[in-house]
Amino acid sequence: MRIWLPEAVTTTAPAIDRLFYLILWITGSVFVLVQAVLLWFLIRYRRRPGRRASYIHGNELVEVIWTAIPALILVFLTFQSQRVWSQVRGSPPPPDLEVEVQGEQFAWNIRYAGADGELNTADDITTINELHIPVQQTVLFHVKSKDVLHSFFVPQFRMKLDAVPGLTGRLWVSATTTGNFEIACAELCGLGHYRMRGFLVIESRAAFDAWLAETATSG
Amino acid sequence: MSVAARHPQGFLRTYIFSTDHKVIGIQFLFTSLGMLLIGGLLAMLIRWQLGWPGALLPFMEKIAPTGFPGGQMAPDYYNMLFTMHGSVMIFFAIIPLLVGVFGNYLIPLKIGAGDMAFPKLNMISYWLVPPAIAIVCAGFFLEGGAAQAGWTSYAPLSAVSTTFKSGQVCWIVGIIVLGASSIMGAINYITTIINLRAPGMHFFRLPLSIWALFITAMLVLLATPVLASALILLLLDATAGTSFFLPAGLVVDGVALAHSGGQALLWQHLFWFYSHPAVYIMILPAMGIASEILPVFARKPLFGYHSMVYAIMGIAVLGFLVWAHHMFTSGMNPTLGTSFMVSTMVIAVPSAIKTFNWLGTLWRGSIRFTTPMLHALAFVSMFVIGGLTGIFVASTPVDLYLHDTYFIVGHLHYVLFGGSLFGIFAGITFWFPKMFGRQLNEALGKLHFALTFVFFNAVMFPMFILGIGGMPRRIYDYTQYAHLAEVGGLNRMMSVAAFCLGLAQALFIVNFFWSLFRGRKAGDNPWQANTLEWATSSPPPHGNFATTPTVYHGPYEYSVPGRKDDWLPQHLKADI
Repeated sequence: MRIWLPEAVTTTAPAIDRLFYLILWITGSVFVLVQAVLLWFLIRYRRRPGRRASYIHGNELVEVIWTAIPALILVFLTFQSQRVWSQVRGSPPPPDLEVEVQGEQFAWNIRYAGADGELNTADDITTINELHIPVQQTVLFHVKSKDVLHSFFVPQFRMKLDAVPGLTGRLWVSATTTGNFEIACAELCGLGHYRMRGFLVIESRAAFDAWLAETATSG
Repeated sequence: MSVAARHPQGFLRTYIFSTDHKVIGIQFLFTSLGMLLIGGLLAMLIRWQLGWPGALLPFMEKIAPTGFPGGQMAPDYYNMLFTMHGSVMIFFAIIPLLVGVFGNYLIPLKIGAGDMAFPKLNMISYWLVPPAIAIVCAGFFLEGGAAQAGWTSYAPLSAVSTTFKSGQVCWIVGIIVLGASSIMGAINYITTIINLRAPGMHFFRLPLSIWALFITAMLVLLATPVLASALILLLLDATAGTSFFLPAGLVVDGVALAHSGGQALLWQHLFWFYSHPAVYIMILPAMGIASEILPVFARKPLFGYHSMVYAIMGIAVLGFLVWAHHMFTSGMNPTLGTSFMVSTMVIAVPSAIKTFNWLGTLWRGSIRFTTPMLHALAFVSMFVIGGLTGIFVASTPVDLYLHDTYFIVGHLHYVLFGGSLFGIFAGITFWFPKMFGRQLNEALGKLHFALTFVFFNAVMFPMFILGIGGMPRRIYDYTQYAHLAEVGGLNRMMSVAAFCLGLAQALFIVNFFWSLFRGRKAGDNPWQANTLEWATSSPPPHGNFATTPTVYHGPYEYSVPGRKDDWLPQHLKADI
């Protein structure tokens, strides 16, 4: 049994993972250090007959040091995070494909542009809970909602974005691996929230085009 | 005329509609411990479903026939459980325990006052709580059940749902009533601390617990009205057809709604503008309690008293500037995410200062491992985990992944159980002798502590792993998802630990009631502590002090060199 970060399948996910591990190392070290010092003090300074506690109110130098060090670490983490954040959530590169993902209680409505290349026109191609995207291409999702909040979450993207009624959220990915994955709803949306599951297929552009053409005719 | 001389007679005025801050504090204690028990029982049901999704609970069919058709928990019942677990624990257990109990009981005693500045307002602030609880919990008995939109009650779900409408309206109204109670209490605390300090009790001689409650009261006073306004807007959206949080074009259950012009994200901004300070409302008093107990049992002055006070102030001010870190994935402008990440990272600094100062307090102390000390040490140790895991989700890109997963559930439980609740247990076991004049049983107390500590970690730590594995929170049946195929075993282990954690609380209840009647007599100052509450009898009389004490020292003068006793009470004009 192994429960840990799932496979990362986009160009940006590894950067998020690296940041995660950086924070894990830093906080992990602080955790071990603080708990060890605590335990050591508890043993070393336990009550013993004949020994009196020291009358110490503080030490300004020490306090300045242990204010400055966490502050510097946090500044460093902030800059590291901002670098990744502007890459992941900043302006998307020119997309190869735009897809609308609309949440409703309790399904994902997926919409592709038809022959005219425009979303929200009569020839749109729609599916329910079935999202296909081509690998190694920039895909821009327009995330919307019909009723209440939902959240478009693909663990392998390392990303989620809430679907907010009245707003259109924009999220872009460029997949690096083909395969079948799941879309989860990560924002409580009512009775069927737990079963608001979609399927994601990442495939070659050729396979994607073939699937889209087939869906257009069968739809 | 002394306060004691005005003491009203009769059972009803002495114990029920009392204006005595100590009676009110104890009323809060029993009410909120009762709610802690109810919140805990709701958690047990949640863990049942997570450990064994869909497994039958035949006895629940008799208690809640619609929630358990055929003995199997329904999805909407699960949603109700975690909504009410969160609401009950936050609004009716943790906040009233920390602010209601310790605020009321300790403030006048520790500053050398006879009572609160506004005793009647104080009585009203307590007596609004039972109606608030009754209104929120009335939802359990209405058609459709109690609220099911999460303790955050995010709009539009909370406003447009038709299935649990009555329960949601009860929730909103009850929380508004509770907010009124909190505001009254806060005004009282602030006024009392500013005006009724005994002679010589300068601000920088106040015990840390009083500093923490003072700053907390300011947070309550400034933040709660925002929540109350937001709740009123939500109530109007849900019942009167307004559109504060509801945009045009909503189609719910196939029905096009007539709302237009609202903004769903506005609810989240208003809600978290209250609820993030509320996190500090739930942690600052616990920090104060730990800062109070560590010096007593390390027999050593608190390390860095002034920086501890400034850290509390820093946390309180910054606490108003970090609310949207709950909204990194909400669809708000990513630039806003950057600014809230910066403020959130900054708030970690004063928290770090406090932790290091607690360690400094233990350094070269003479540590006594009493039950309250064990809980206070657990508070420090667990708060470190709560704080450090907060850094993951403060980092915007990492939060994109971890938000709304079990990582958040683990993080918040390390803060609110590992932090707040261990702080509460520390406080109750520390001041029990003062409140009731009798000592708790130490052996039972330590056993309760050990089991609680072990099982708490066994339930909550694996949540981080589940979150890293991508398990979303608030999921009735995770077996739906192929990527969660492997989480069942860990969830079952956690559920077993949760049931043990629940059972271990029986020790606390037994100890509490047994000691109430049969415990060893405590005496005035069983812990040999310095602060003023220990200068009067246990329990203190109406009016607290026979004569108003004069304060000569800071609160943490332990092991003063050249003095025979290793403590120096604040009111003792001792020339060493």
